[in-house]
Amino acid sequence: MKKTYKIEVDCANCANKMEQAAKNTPGVKDATVNFMTLKMIVEFEEGQDAKLVMKDVLKNCKKVEDDCEIYL
Amino acid sequence: MSKKQKKVLIRIIASAVLMALIELLSLEGYFRQGLYLIAYLVIGYDILKKSWKGIRNRQVFDENFLMAVATLGAILLGDYKEGVAVMLFYQIGELFQSYAVGKSRRNISELMDIRPDYANVEQDGKLERVDPDEVEIGTVIVVQPGEKIPIDGVIIEGKASLNTSALTGESLPREAKEGDEVISGCINMSGVLKIKTTREFGESTVSKILDLVENSSSKKSKSENFISKFARYYTPAVCYGALALAIAPPLVRIVMGIPAEWGDWIYRALTFLVISCPCALVISIPLSFFAGIGGASNVGVLVKGSNYLETLAQTKYVVFDKTGTLTKGVFEVAGIHHNEMEDKKLLEYAALAESFSSHPISRSLREAYGKPIDQSRVSDVEEISGNGVLAKVDGISVAAGNTKLMKRLNIPFQECHQVGTVVHMAINGAYAGHILISDVVKPTSVQAIHDLKKTGIRKTVMLTGDSDKVARQVADSLGVDQVFSELLPGDKVEKVEELLGSKGPKEKLAFVGDGINDAPVLSRADIGIAMGALGSDAAIEAADIVLMDDDPMKIVKAIRIARKCIRIVYENIYFAIGIKVICLILGALGIANMWFAIFADVGVMVIAVLNAIRALFVKRL
Repeated sequence: MKKTYKIEVDCANCANKMEQAAKNTPGVKDATVNFMTLKMIVEFEEGQDAKLVMKDVLKNCKKVEDDCEIYL
Repeated sequence: MSKKQKKVLIRIIASAVLMALIELLSLEGYFRQGLYLIAYLVIGYDILKKSWKGIRNRQVFDENFLMAVATLGAILLGDYKEGVAVMLFYQIGELFQSYAVGKSRRNISELMDIRPDYANVEQDGKLERVDPDEVEIGTVIVVQPGEKIPIDGVIIEGKASLNTSALTGESLPREAKEGDEVISGCINMSGVLKIKTTREFGESTVSKILDLVENSSSKKSKSENFISKFARYYTPAVCYGALALAIAPPLVRIVMGIPAEWGDWIYRALTFLVISCPCALVISIPLSFFAGIGGASNVGVLVKGSNYLETLAQTKYVVFDKTGTLTKGVFEVAGIHHNEMEDKKLLEYAALAESFSSHPISRSLREAYGKPIDQSRVSDVEEISGNGVLAKVDGISVAAGNTKLMKRLNIPFQECHQVGTVVHMAINGAYAGHILISDVVKPTSVQAIHDLKKTGIRKTVMLTGDSDKVARQVADSLGVDQVFSELLPGDKVEKVEELLGSKGPKEKLAFVGDGINDAPVLSRADIGIAMGALGSDAAIEAADIVLMDDDPMKIVKAIRIARKCIRIVYENIYFAIGIKVICLILGALGIANMWFAIFADVGVMVIAVLNAIRALFVKRL
C-alpha cells in the first residue's frame, strides 16, 4: 500500500535525512521524499496500519530534523 | 517571500548594520566584544538552538552543529568579526536557497496549472458551479468562453476553438464541434459548449496528467542517489578530517620539538567545518531535474521520473512504430495521376460515386473532396464487392474501383508505381486516371529523423506490421536506417530485444509508439515514449515519457531537454565538488581562511542553483 503525504521542510539535505529516517521506521517498506514537490510517498509493509506507522515516521523525522512537518 | 524568510532577512540586515557600525566606529575592548556577541546571537540563535536539539537527538553531523562549532570556535580564538561574518553569510546563502527553491517551485507549478476548479452544471435552467469531483458520468456541463473544460466528454451542442497549449504546448487552437470528443484541460476560447461527460473527474485526462507530473520526481535518478549518498559520507568525512587537522600536526610538531601552534591549526580545522555542508550539491541536483521535468511538461513532454530523463539523455537507438507514429495512421488521398479532367472534378465524381459506401477508402475520398455531398445527384449505384462501384452521377456513368474492376469492364488502365491503395476511375466508359490513397507520412517526420541523426542518435529503426513494399518506401522517404516489416505485435518485442542485445551497455534504446497495442514494447525498451497520448490511458500507463501531441519533432525536443538537464546536473556536480576539494586543500595548507571558505561555499551554492534553474528554459531547444 502506498500513500502520499504533504510535508514541510526547509532544506534539501534535511529532506534526504527525512527520507532515510522514514525508510528506517519499522512497518515502512520504502519511502521517498520529493523535496521539490514537498511530498513524501510511503510504501507500507503488508498488514500495517498506516496511521500508526506514520506516527512513528513523524517522530523519527522530528529526531533528525526538528524543523519538519508531515501533514497526516 | 514568506513570513519565515522575511524574518531571516530582517535579522540579516540588523546584524550586518550592527557589524558595520562596530567597524566604522572602530570600537575597542569589551564593548566591541559585547556588541559582536549581540550581532552573533541575532543572526545565529536559531542555528545554535537547532544544533543543541541535534546533539540531544544524537545527530551530530548536521550542518547547524558544524556551523555552530566553526563560528563559536572562531569567537573563542578571538576572531569575533569572522565568527559573525561566517554566520551571516551562511544565513544569506540559506535564505537565497529557500527563496530560489520556493520561487521555482511556484513557477513550475504555475506552468502545470491545469486543474479546473469547478464545473458548470445546468439545473432548472440555471447554471450552478459545482466541484468537478461531484459530477457524475453522463451529466451535461456547460463551458463558457474563457473557461477550462473540467471533465472529458462529448460536445452535444455548440462549437468553439479550443486552446490546448496547457496540455500539448501547441499554440494553434483546435476547432471542436458537435459530436467531437473533448478532453479536460483545454481552454474554450470562443462559443459556449454543452458537453456530456464520459468520465469521472478522477479518470479525466487532466487528473491523470496532474497525477503523473506530481509524482514524477519520486523516481530518482542515479545522479540524485549518488548525491544523497555522497552527502551522507561527505560531512562526517570532513569533520573527522577537521579533527585530525586540529590535533595531529601540533602533536607531530611537539614531537619534532618545534612550537605546536595550536591556535593556527584549530583555525584551519574550523575552516574545514565551514566547507563541510553539502548544500550546493544536495539542492542543485534535484532542482535541476525538477526544472527539467517542469520545462518539458510545459512544451507537452511529460516525463515520469528523473531517472527517465537520465536514460533519455543516453539514448543512442531510437526505434519507431510506423503507423500513427511516423505516419498519420489515417488514409488520405496522396495523389491523382494520369487524369485528363481537373483533379477536383475527378475527386468529385469519385466521392459521389462512393458516397453510399462506408468503406474507409470512400470516407477518405469524401474527406479529400471536402464539400457536402448531394446524394440526389447519384443514381443506379451498383457495388461490386472486392472490385468497386458503378454509379451514375448527374446521369454520367462512373466506375470507381481497383484493377479488377477495370479488367472486368475491359478498360485499359495505367498501373500506379507508387505504394498505396489505388482507385481507378472510368467515366463514360473511358479511363480517367486514378486516385492514390495511402497512409501519409507526417509532415515533420523527415525533419525529425534528420535532427535525431544530428543530435547524435546512432541508429533509427522502424518496425511495422505493414507489407515490405510499403515499409521500404516509407523508410526510404524518411531516411530511417533499418526497417523490419510484416511484424506481428509479438514480433516487435522480439526485434526490440534483439536490438537491446546488440548495443553497448551505456547506449540506451528508446521505443516510440502511439500506445495502441504496443504497450509490451513500450515497457520492454530502456525507455518507452508514447506519442499523441491525449486521452489514451494505456499509453500513459505503459510509457515512461508521454508526448502530448503526435508531432515526431517532440522526440527530438525531449532528447534535447534531457541532454541539457543532464549536462547541467554534471556541471553542478563537478563544479561544486571541485570547488569544495580545492577549498579543503587550501584550507589545510592555511592559504584559505574562513572568509574565503564561506564565500566559496555560499557562492558555489548560488551559482549551482542559478545554473539548475536554467534547465527550466527549454522552449528554444
